Amino acid sequence: MVFDFSELSGLELDALREIGNIGAGNAATALAQMLGAKIDMSVPKVSILPFAEVPELIGGADSHVVGLYLNASGSAPANILFILPINKACYLVDMLMSRPLGETQPDNFNDMQLSALMELGNIITATYLNALAMFTNLDFRPSVPALGIDMAGAILDAVLAIFGAVADHVLVLETEFTKDEEDIVGHFFLLPEPGSLDTILSSLGVSIG
Amino acid sequence: MSKIIQVGMAEFKLAKSPDKLMTAGLGSCIGICIFDKAIKLGSLTHIMLPSSAQARNPQNAAKFADTGIELALNEMGKNGAVQSRLLVKIAGGAQMFKFSGESDIMKIGERNAMAVEETLQKFKLKIIAADTGGNYGRTITFDPESGDLLVRTIGHGERTI
Repeated sequence: MVFDFSELSGLELDALREIGNIGAGNAATALAQMLGAKIDMSVPKVSILPFAEVPELIGGADSHVVGLYLNASGSAPANILFILPINKACYLVDMLMSRPLGETQPDNFNDMQLSALMELGNIITATYLNALAMFTNLDFRPSVPALGIDMAGAILDAVLAIFGAVADHVLVLETEFTKDEEDIVGHFFLLPEPGSLDTILSSLGVSIG
Repeated sequence: MSKIIQVGMAEFKLAKSPDKLMTAGLGSCIGICIFDKAIKLGSLTHIMLPSSAQARNPQNAAKFADTGIELALNEMGKNGAVQSRLLVKIAGGAQMFKFSGESDIMKIGERNAMAVEETLQKFKLKIIAADTGGNYGRTITFDPESGDLLVRTIGHGERTI
């Protein structure tokens, strides 16, 4: 069992990056198809962070974001979180609903817009998970996604609480989606539960020393 | 010059007036402010989980309601606070995600709040103000001088308790 993430070797980190690449690559394609726009993605970053630093990845604990969360059960339980700044979420909703940009405002999401966001999250996270399952040959059973619109820290802590019982650090596999080169659309996080890391790595034939 | 001391997730900090304590984005976590007004000393513990008993790895005391409160009392005591003068204000413990799952993590906020109350009772400490529950995040700033706890939210107003 890898209890201490800092013991991961270069090969293991590479394998994790590859997972991020494949999952997020498929998710980016799905997003691009839905929006009819070109979506680029960053090279996935693997970080091992103390809890207190995780909110910094998405603009600080205070920043106003939309978070879509789902838990995947199965042989390697993991958590998936797609977080995007509130103003980008508004743009995405406008694009999805073919309306002029700026029509959706952060403070007045109606049911229709919420359900558009939910659908967006559903497709992105399911695509990611499917790719992950194909690649690792493991089975992941996704929960119904949950939607939260609030402070980044508040959304993260409900998810991090799962790890709190067993660890002080969390392994974050992070990919950024961008549209038109600079516009950061959102951050995608895969947070494997502590025991799952071994299962995922051995499914890829990367042995653990 | 007064400073605003940031307290991160699963952290504990002390502050003496005119400094203030702040923690941003409390969701299911709870910010516990314990203070001694007579010496203007305050502390803020940002706990994540109700109890260290079920934890495999309970080294970080500030992460749990039970050990976090104990840690705060010890540190307050070392810095001259008198237990009978201590007052407590808490905020947080929300349920962040709305969906119909019965998973345990969905109720973590509520369980946190209960554990905080129980532990405080054990030490005979009184909560004089609380702003817990709901389904929204909170950013809190505590002033050890006045004992005021400012709670800010997105879309759910701002209040001082």
